[in-house]
Amino acid sequence: MNNALSFRRLRALCRKETLQILRDPSSNIIAFILPVLLLFIFGYGINLDSSAVHIGLVLEDTSPEARRFANNLYGSPYLQVTTGLNQKAMEQAMAAGQIRGFVVVPQDFSEKIKRPMETAPLQVIIDGSEPNTASFVQNNMRGVWNGWLLQRATEHGEKPATDITIESRFWFNPSAESRNYLIPGSITIIMTVIGTLLTSLVVAREWERGTMEALLASPVTRTELLLSKLIPYYILGIVSLFLCVGVSVVILKVPFRGSSLVLWGIGSLFLSSSLGMGLLISTLMRNQFNAAQAALNAAFLPALMLSGFVYEIRSMPEVIQAVTYLIPARYFVTAIQTIFQAGTVWPLLLSSGLFLLLSSVFFIGLTALKTRRRLE
Amino acid sequence: MLSRIVTLIIKELQMLLMDRSSRMVLIMPVVLQLGLFPFAATLEVTNNTLAVFNEDNGNQSLELIKRFSKAQAFSEFIPLYSELDIHQVLDNQKALIVIRFPADFSRNIAAGHSATIQALLDGRRSNSGQIALGYVQQILLNYNNERLIDQRRSPPSLLMTRNWFNPNLTYVRHIVPGLVAIITTISTLIITALSVAREREQGTFDQLLVSPLTPGMIMIGKAIPAMLVAMTQATIILLAGIFIYQIPFVGSFMLLYLCMIFYVLALVGFGLLIASICATQQQAFLGVFSFVMPTVLLSGFVSPVENMPLWLQYVDWINPLRHFIVIVKGIFLKDIDIPIILHNLWPLWVIAIGTLSAANWKFRQHLG
Repeated sequence: MNNALSFRRLRALCRKETLQILRDPSSNIIAFILPVLLLFIFGYGINLDSSAVHIGLVLEDTSPEARRFANNLYGSPYLQVTTGLNQKAMEQAMAAGQIRGFVVVPQDFSEKIKRPMETAPLQVIIDGSEPNTASFVQNNMRGVWNGWLLQRATEHGEKPATDITIESRFWFNPSAESRNYLIPGSITIIMTVIGTLLTSLVVAREWERGTMEALLASPVTRTELLLSKLIPYYILGIVSLFLCVGVSVVILKVPFRGSSLVLWGIGSLFLSSSLGMGLLISTLMRNQFNAAQAALNAAFLPALMLSGFVYEIRSMPEVIQAVTYLIPARYFVTAIQTIFQAGTVWPLLLSSGLFLLLSSVFFIGLTALKTRRRLE
Repeated sequence: MLSRIVTLIIKELQMLLMDRSSRMVLIMPVVLQLGLFPFAATLEVTNNTLAVFNEDNGNQSLELIKRFSKAQAFSEFIPLYSELDIHQVLDNQKALIVIRFPADFSRNIAAGHSATIQALLDGRRSNSGQIALGYVQQILLNYNNERLIDQRRSPPSLLMTRNWFNPNLTYVRHIVPGLVAIITTISTLIITALSVAREREQGTFDQLLVSPLTPGMIMIGKAIPAMLVAMTQATIILLAGIFIYQIPFVGSFMLLYLCMIFYVLALVGFGLLIASICATQQQAFLGVFSFVMPTVLLSGFVSPVENMPLWLQYVDWINPLRHFIVIVKGIFLKDIDIPIILHNLWPLWVIAIGTLSAANWKFRQHLG
């Protein structure tokens, strides 16, 4: 029999695989056009920071006191205020989605606030149908209101009512911009699409076209067969990874504080786990259509929903939280966000790397087992 | 003529429901969207971790810590003892937020001065951090007000905040109406694109074209089964939202279904166009995937459309899902008036007319 690994055969197989990638328009689209498109969609389209929310203001009281408060609202960089006299109109505008909330300054506002023993309430109505934006509106309103109270107290020479204040600082991301972690996170999704979706079609395609039988009849060994499927796609994936990182840093202006070498290492581990999963699906399915579907459901959706890239894992029910520990994308999201934002945090990166290594071994090993069975 | 279309529709439905793999394509999304999305898609902050570095240990700080750790946002509490600990928990994402009380905190308050606490947050999760910070600020505000009342003073002003349409800001109420729209999108596109691609793959499409059916009739024959299946799936999600997830449906079912018909028409056009450029079912499947992904990501389902740059908001106008999600959410949660519905419905008409005529033109090209 022949050796387990012949470099001549391997090189020939890799060359064939590479030519196939380059000549197939659909894999070109998945490998090059889709990633860049997705990166731009994530970069510009997904933004959780409601930085200039439209809100309404109803001034039932037009006294100088009420106007002072209104001026503070106008001055907030986070709010765009439309003033109206009528609460009904504001309710309409909120139902239509034109404003996300409104404040009502009631008629007796200035009278009440002048009396030391009385409290002057302000009514705030917020559109809860968009919960994340609603939280932003609530926090921004509270900020403006607090500022106004402090200013008022200083002007009147009084002791401010709120004597405990809080000063906040966001580490790694001082301006608290969501895109700074969403864009690195989205690279995980892109790598999943390339790694799993593309490879899931590869082996299935050979079975569908009948070329697999031809390959099995040739002197090619299992190791060579697997490696010839892994190496070209690995190179493709790593090129895409650094293409994405380049676009993120240069065009989308996301700060990158870590080391490219560390990113390459952990990216390789994630990629081999994704490639392994794709090959496994493909080996099991033997049909391109079913393989594509399985890849979407087994790799892409979990990466999107359960990786913690947008959605908060800690807020999910415990059963689902437990499932997220089994998803390779979760570890890569943590790692790549850390590399981009915080730099090299060894304990975190090592534990993520270890899991990715285990999952690569698992998927590639299982694929190898399944491949042997068919060779016999 | 009518009987021909009916026959075609029956044949389409049979093809769709008899084949195991196309049944799977239809069932999987419903199962996932019912079982996983409402739980997993959340930006709420609950059960998170709060770490505290208390250099003060006076009464005031202990009282505040007690209140912070009772908040629903935090279920885990880590006491820290040094500056180094802060780095350790934040760097390794052990905690979302660290609160630090300076050594003179209680002393300052007792002396009648103002006092400041520090909040340090993980910028890799700045959205959750901001929400958690909001909770902390609200607790602090309540505490300040209570102390005023203890001192027989009254707070000069109060914010009486109320969230309409979703009083507790639960994420499920935002997600489920979105899912109704998304399931309609996915199945309409998959059914139309795959059925045409299958016919082309198997060569039966040419047979259809040479039959007495006109291209318009073929399109109706492809559109109606998609409409029936998509609307059935949407109904399943809708009912689950109302009965399982207990979201009150305040609008009119009739209006919702009427709008859904227009929406499906807009999508059928896209589905047929995708099919016309794909030779195989697999290509059509990937084509639908490449279309659905940006459509969903830019629909306002993940993050609000108004947060996008202005140029993208204009480009996004041709995204039918963006308009339909407003309608579904509006009818479901807000019972919006007909003028507001119309305002979001006319873009769907324009899109439907545009894509359907383009598809019709493509079909005629095959004839010629």
